[in-house]
Amino acid sequence: MPGAIYAEGLVKTFGEVRALDGVDLDVPQGTVLGLLGPNGAGKTTAVRCLTTLLRPDAGRAVVAGVDVLKHPDEVRRSIGLSGQFAAVDEYLTGRENLRMVGRLYQMGAREAKARADELLDRFRLADAADRIAKTYSGGMRRRLDLAAALVVRPPVMFMDEPTTGLDPRNRQQLWDVIQELVAGGTTLLLTTQYLEEADHLAHDIAVVDHGRVIARGTSDQLKARTGGERVEVVVHDRERIGEARSVLAGFGEGGTTYEEHTRKLTVPVSGGARLLAEVIRELDARGIEIDDIALRRPTLDDVFISLTGHAAALNGEGGGGGANGGNGGRDEAGADDRTRTAGGPGAPVPDAAAGGKWSE
Amino acid sequence: MSSLSDSLVIAQRNVLRLTRIPEMVVFGLVQPIMFVVLFSFVFGGSMMIGGSTSAAGYREFLMAGIFAQTVTFATAGAGAGIADDMHKGLIDRFRSLPMARGAVLTGRTLADLAQTTLTLGVLAVVALLVGWRIHEGIPKALLAFALLLLLGYAFSWIGALIGLTVRTPEAATSGGLIWLFPVTFVSNAFVPTENMAGWLQPIAEWNPFSATVQACRELFGNPGVSPSDAWPMEHPVAASVLWSVLIVAVFRTLAVRKYRRAE
Ligand SMILES: Nc1ncnc2c1ncn2[C@@H]1O[C@H](COP(=O)(O)OP(=O)(O)OP(=O)(O)O)[C@@H](O)[C@H]1O
Ligand SMILES: [Mg+2]
Repeated sequence: MPGAIYAEGLVKTFGEVRALDGVDLDVPQGTVLGLLGPNGAGKTTAVRCLTTLLRPDAGRAVVAGVDVLKHPDEVRRSIGLSGQFAAVDEYLTGRENLRMVGRLYQMGAREAKARADELLDRFRLADAADRIAKTYSGGMRRRLDLAAALVVRPPVMFMDEPTTGLDPRNRQQLWDVIQELVAGGTTLLLTTQYLEEADHLAHDIAVVDHGRVIARGTSDQLKARTGGERVEVVVHDRERIGEARSVLAGFGEGGTTYEEHTRKLTVPVSGGARLLAEVIRELDARGIEIDDIALRRPTLDDVFISLTGHAAALNGEGGGGGANGGNGGRDEAGADDRTRTAGGPGAPVPDAAAGGKWSE
Repeated sequence: MSSLSDSLVIAQRNVLRLTRIPEMVVFGLVQPIMFVVLFSFVFGGSMMIGGSTSAAGYREFLMAGIFAQTVTFATAGAGAGIADDMHKGLIDRFRSLPMARGAVLTGRTLADLAQTTLTLGVLAVVALLVGWRIHEGIPKALLAFALLLLLGYAFSWIGALIGLTVRTPEAATSGGLIWLFPVTFVSNAFVPTENMAGWLQPIAEWNPFSATVQACRELFGNPGVSPSDAWPMEHPVAASVLWSVLIVAVFRTLAVRKYRRAE
């Protein structure tokens, strides 16, 4: 039986641009699919095709058991959509916006009112509920838009970069809302630039590039594909790089790479924290001063970069929103326990371990 | 039934917006009032209407034209509003909801109708102040206002189609107005068609706009009713209704189709 969201061979062209070039998706009911991909990959186009806003040139899609092309009206009854850019009426208050959406989902006036109040509380907009949305900050509009997508507690949800522009607290809160929804049986397709978000929320991940799904699997499966752990060392003294390199070669399971401007050596290893301690002892014994050392496991960032050949949101094509997205993901990766760092003698507080790759 | 209630929800939303942006309503009023004053005092007295050149006669003649021109300006409002909704992504939101197909556009045109009614009411008061009068009784005058509102409603569907086509509110405003000038000027609105070049006369007489103006002059008992024997000039009330209904039928169909396919 196909999942709650199912697509087969979706193709959509805009003139010369092949925005979707045969996309297949299958999202089992009650799970979250994270759609990852660089700017212009076709994520939004895929969401628009699945939510009846765009008619694909070819392919088939079934959402909540209903054929999207044959019965779009029926599909609309079962879906909630939060698009990439908040779609709220600036001249209505938050409350009026939500009530209007409720009425258009064919709720009665009283029910729409009650639901609006509930959602305003839930998204911490109650204080601003009676102000027109034009006076809202970007994050507040975003939250209002997400609330609008949840008005009918739809069985299938689509969220296109839902946390772009949210501060960490509101992002965390939205994650909680999403997890609650999914626990209640909702199926969600989520696009995101925050790789950490996909890691955190998505059961399955599909990486899209140039309108095609180029990889799919769980976060762990994708990471496994990218390879194992490695040790990264930032050597203080450029003169001693060669020596440090030969030390690392003794522990490594492959070639050591060197990044000139950051003085960083990287070597694939297996052996975890114990090995890291040995490396540190050995370097110390030879008096090689280090600024930073870290044991890294692959993150989705690595998966993303290795699969698409460029970093999320850093390929310069997208607008401000995308760039912010990359930034937020980056900050949080630094605090993640996937990266264990141990400072060398007199080492500065390291953020190079996770951040180094990004700050190039 | 969801079609009607959805349309009303959208209409309510658009009226609510107007109360939040009262400038829009005010600017909508300033322009026709300016026209009343300018035309009355600049052209008044220089135009031969119904065998006289009295300024008062021209003012009475003029009002039906200004009323009709004013209601057709709803085109620009509808166009700009819908283009703005497209631009802000609201149309996407609406299109993802299980609502009736034409409701977003119907709701918009109904809200414009409400605004037009208000504008027309204020304008009628200004017209009375500068000396315009009705001479055929209240019921006929009300029928004339009904024809004007119907015309305005019909033209707002043209605006809806323009708004869906151009996508930016600025383009929709100018796109909604530019073609209105030839339409309203090549008509009996401001000058009698008898004074026009021979080849222009039939165009002016068959102009949908002229039928409503002629009907209003007749129903208000104002001077300058065209003696032409062209069918719309002889049966202006019927012609006015037919034209408006035809415009709604054609442009509603086109606009709703365009809305559903909007990408
Ligand atoms: N309406 C449109 N007209 C023309 N081209 C379009 C249209 N919509 C999308 N495209 C093109 O299709 C491709 C995919 O765009 P899409 O918006 O789906 O990317 P995305 O993966 O959502 O990117 P981002 O991360 O920047 O949001 C891009 O090359 C884009 O320029
Ligand atoms: Mg996008």
